[in-house]
Amino acid sequence: MQERLNEMLEEAKGLIEGAGSISEIEELRVKYLGKKGQVTEVLKSMGKLPPEEKKELGKSANMVKGQIDSLITEKTAELREKEKNARLAAEKIDVTEPGKEVKFGVKHPITQIIDEVVGIFKSMGYSVYEGPDVDTVFNTFDGLNSPPTHPSRDMTDTFYVTKDIVLRPHTSSAEIRAELELPTPYKIVIPGRTYRCDTPDATHSHTFHQIEMMVIGENITMADLKGSLDHMAKKLFGPETRTKFRPHHFPFTEPSAEMDVSCFKCGGKGCNVCKGSGWIEILGCGMTHPHVHRAGGIDTEKYTGFAVGMGVERIAMLKYGIDDIRLLYENDMRFIEQFK
Amino acid sequence: MIVSYKWLKDYVNIDAPVKEFCDRMIMSGSNLETCKAIGEGIENVKIGRIEKIEKHPDADKLVVCRVDMGGGESLQIVTSAPNVFEGAFVPVAVDGAVVPGPLHGQPKVEGGVKISKGEMRGVLSEGMMCGPQELGLSDKVAPINSKDGIWLLEGDWSEHLGEDVDKALDLHDYAVDFEITPNRPDCLSMLGMAREAAATFGTKMIYPDTECEKVISEKASDYIKVDVNSDLCKRYTARVIKNVKIEQSPWWLQKRLMAAGMRPINNIVDITNFVMLEYGQPLHAFDIRSLAGAHIIVDTAKDGDRFTTLDGTERELTSDMLMINDAEKPVAVAGVMGGLNSEIENDTTTVVIESATFVADSVRKTSKKLGLRTEASGRYEKGIDPNLCEKAADRVCKLVEMLGCGEVLTGSVDVYKNPETAPTVTARVSRINRVLGIDLGRGDMVKILEGLEMKVEGTGDELIVTPPSVRQDLLEEVDYVEEIARMYGYDNLPMTLPDLQTKAEFSKSWLLRDFVRETLCAMGANEIQTFSFMNNKTLDAAGIAKDSWERAMVELINPMGEDTASMRTILTPGMLEVLGRNYSRNVEAVRAYEIGTVFMKNMIDENQLPHESLDLTIGLYGEGEDFFTLKGMVEALLDRIGIEGVIYTPESEYGVYHPGRCARISVKTEAGEEIELGIMGEVHPDVAENFAIGTRAYCAELFFNVLVELSGREIQYHQPPKYPSITRDIALVVDEDVTVGQMEDVIHEAADELLRDVKLFDIYRGAQVGEGKKSVAFSLTYRHDDRTLTDEEADREHALIADALRDKVGAKIRDN
Repeated sequence: MQERLNEMLEEAKGLIEGAGSISEIEELRVKYLGKKGQVTEVLKSMGKLPPEEKKELGKSANMVKGQIDSLITEKTAELREKEKNARLAAEKIDVTEPGKEVKFGVKHPITQIIDEVVGIFKSMGYSVYEGPDVDTVFNTFDGLNSPPTHPSRDMTDTFYVTKDIVLRPHTSSAEIRAELELPTPYKIVIPGRTYRCDTPDATHSHTFHQIEMMVIGENITMADLKGSLDHMAKKLFGPETRTKFRPHHFPFTEPSAEMDVSCFKCGGKGCNVCKGSGWIEILGCGMTHPHVHRAGGIDTEKYTGFAVGMGVERIAMLKYGIDDIRLLYENDMRFIEQFK
Repeated sequence: MIVSYKWLKDYVNIDAPVKEFCDRMIMSGSNLETCKAIGEGIENVKIGRIEKIEKHPDADKLVVCRVDMGGGESLQIVTSAPNVFEGAFVPVAVDGAVVPGPLHGQPKVEGGVKISKGEMRGVLSEGMMCGPQELGLSDKVAPINSKDGIWLLEGDWSEHLGEDVDKALDLHDYAVDFEITPNRPDCLSMLGMAREAAATFGTKMIYPDTECEKVISEKASDYIKVDVNSDLCKRYTARVIKNVKIEQSPWWLQKRLMAAGMRPINNIVDITNFVMLEYGQPLHAFDIRSLAGAHIIVDTAKDGDRFTTLDGTERELTSDMLMINDAEKPVAVAGVMGGLNSEIENDTTTVVIESATFVADSVRKTSKKLGLRTEASGRYEKGIDPNLCEKAADRVCKLVEMLGCGEVLTGSVDVYKNPETAPTVTARVSRINRVLGIDLGRGDMVKILEGLEMKVEGTGDELIVTPPSVRQDLLEEVDYVEEIARMYGYDNLPMTLPDLQTKAEFSKSWLLRDFVRETLCAMGANEIQTFSFMNNKTLDAAGIAKDSWERAMVELINPMGEDTASMRTILTPGMLEVLGRNYSRNVEAVRAYEIGTVFMKNMIDENQLPHESLDLTIGLYGEGEDFFTLKGMVEALLDRIGIEGVIYTPESEYGVYHPGRCARISVKTEAGEEIELGIMGEVHPDVAENFAIGTRAYCAELFFNVLVELSGREIQYHQPPKYPSITRDIALVVDEDVTVGQMEDVIHEAADELLRDVKLFDIYRGAQVGEGKKSVAFSLTYRHDDRTLTDEEADREHALIADALRDKVGAKIRDN
């Protein structure tokens, strides 16, 4: 019996060693260790032997069983490893092939500029206020201290719905509404669409967008206006941006100014973007005219404030180097998708 | 306003380089348009005198001139210019000279043109005689006798033969063009700009001489009578000059006009133009022979009167137009243009100089009605100080005397019923400092104001200021805040931030717009921005019915054309245009959306503002896109913004869309009210063709304001299911008309309490189910939240649902 076991072990060793696959190994496990396996048979047959012999043989049979079992386990692990490596080798891919396309949409560049500017002012505590695109002549001109003969009132400049209703030519039309509606003091931005009778060409569009900024408070100064806009310019065009305020005239502000920023392309040395001057005109602004405050029921002795109007398309064109404003309204997907 | 820098220096002592002059003027409020050098780029162009002119032997249009260049030298020069004559002084570009050009009839060359001697049709030409344009002056300012020809220099230049022309003529100057804002009409004059410069550079003005040294004893009033019968004329001053000799103006006067952009004509016209530029006061000269009754009557016209202006055009007048008349007829449109019937002629001997002020708005309206804008009307319509009339008329007389081209009569006829003065205003030092955010002392403010020729009185906080009468823009305290600010220098104001703590607030609509944009971009859609205009033609093309609400458009009374005739009521036509444009540009696939304002006519009162709201459109075409990809986007979007219970109802009557592939989108509120959210569908083939979309396209339009109202993104956490669920499939054969939506409704209604999810997984049509039928398969998921479900429980509820489907939609349950 003992001999038989030894032969069995030797044979099993050889077979296990020679096994080439997991399934072959499984067969060997069944052959030796299965319910009807050879080692199992030996153990089963021992019942008839005398106790002394039984003990002896049992010991060696279990030893053989253990040895075969561990050989099988080892071989299985070895074969698994081999098979895995073979699979991995077979599964090699060309990682330089392109990925599967995930398509994200893009916000229109006009929206992106508005979002950016609104975001800057949001961080300074400004709320968004909005007015209608179609507004009254009073809110648009008279309330804003625009003299009755001001050329911007002409039918060749502003679109009229009736003699008292216009498509707003500036977001400033919302100023009187804000004054009448909001509790003072406040800081607001008013983004929106505006319209003027401009024949379309590379730099003109009858439809465009503006962002108005408006502050009313007890001690708002022109120094505050300068500081706030300088902050905005640095956020919008980069921290090295410088600002210059030139006197100008608008009916709704006094004193009024135009703000230039140092050219963000050449840094002020002079290039084709700034037409050699080193400066780019960005917006108009000023201290809100007392007449405008009065039209909105604001106490002009108690409160002062400032207002700013900025063209969105102009900023977009400067920032992105767009040379024709009409591109912004053609909505060619190949154009829009560049503003990722 | 073009300012000759050299001319300006006649009135103010400054010697700053032109760059510094411009920069400082900009910062004190005179915005610069351009600054151009005059007389640059001229080399070796010398003064010569034509001695002899002979015909060219071989060319009819050429002549051969012998030109004396001084110092015994002379040159032979061939020219084609017709205006040359023997004895004329001319600029001569000698061999090797450079002129800025352009040469006559040729384009401008950067860096100028070099002139060399050569032969013209076989005859030696040792240089070139130059026209004003060739020396870099605009043809528009060339003296009238030198227009399109050689520049015939005015005066006697025999002492200067052979000298460089640019030096001898003192040509070097700068034409500085300032943008004058509408509040500062006083700056439309050399004296106005000089006042600004004097204040900016802190120096004094030198005013021109207006006192004639000798006048003849006859009085102006002996020659002319003036009556002003309309309030539209604020003042009318007339002076009279006798024995006028009409000739060319001297070079110094021509030079000033040319630098300021005006063409010299003759001495009288030039003097009136010179004084207009100097003072900003338009002037007019009448030949007294043409004034019937030696009488000037200022009055409005009668409707239908006709009058021929100087430019030879006959014009129809209306009763609101102010006219200058003589005893019989109109002779000028006040402030706009003189008449052909009273023009100065070469044989004119006695002239009446008109220096008048007309109401700005009247001149503006008349000029607009007649479609006639002149230097004079442009100035009048901006507003002119009536106090200038007399000074300007006196200055004309002084110049006539200086030029010796006439004899000035004593006195003037001056009708000035209501003399105007600039208002005296009290401004507070404290207020000015408070608005500007500075702490400037009273003394500094007084100095600034006095520098602007203002009289300042008062003490302490009060500045009682009277400006010069030309400053019609200074009416109240705030105007002085600006004066102080610009002269103190915006650059010198500090930069601070408002001492005002506020919290940024955004409307629900604003935030949702932002969120929806993010969501749709994540679905691969690009945002577009289309115009807010629309018209009936576009609505026709889009298949919108003639009597539909979409036609209630807000119309413009002054559109720029059909494209801007009225305002959009929906966004879909704009989207269709964009889809068509991209398709025609070979863009393979488009997913796009727009959030935009739409406008509805105010049906209650058209004189009130129209109704505005926001809409959202989504549009797409391309491989793999169909009704259900769009619907999937709409569903995902509505789900994401928290709108539940959305109903899609088939719609076959909306012309934009395929009658079998269109759905109205709505929701049912808890109160059972159905609220419309919008509409979607596959674009009707006719509409697609109208918009040049050569493939199937899909659009949706949603009422964004309704979405804002209904959206509620309150997230309530639910524990993930702890107990397993049981899934049962059910396949039904139904009539083709029965919609999936109906079946889903039945399923939900019939379910007891265990149904958790319904998923459509197959629709089959074919022989196995028979004609007019379809097989629809759902997968139903059952679960109990508190315990493991038994098969029996699931079966019981599943059977309820199957029964309901049989009863309500006539479904036959298929056994697999």
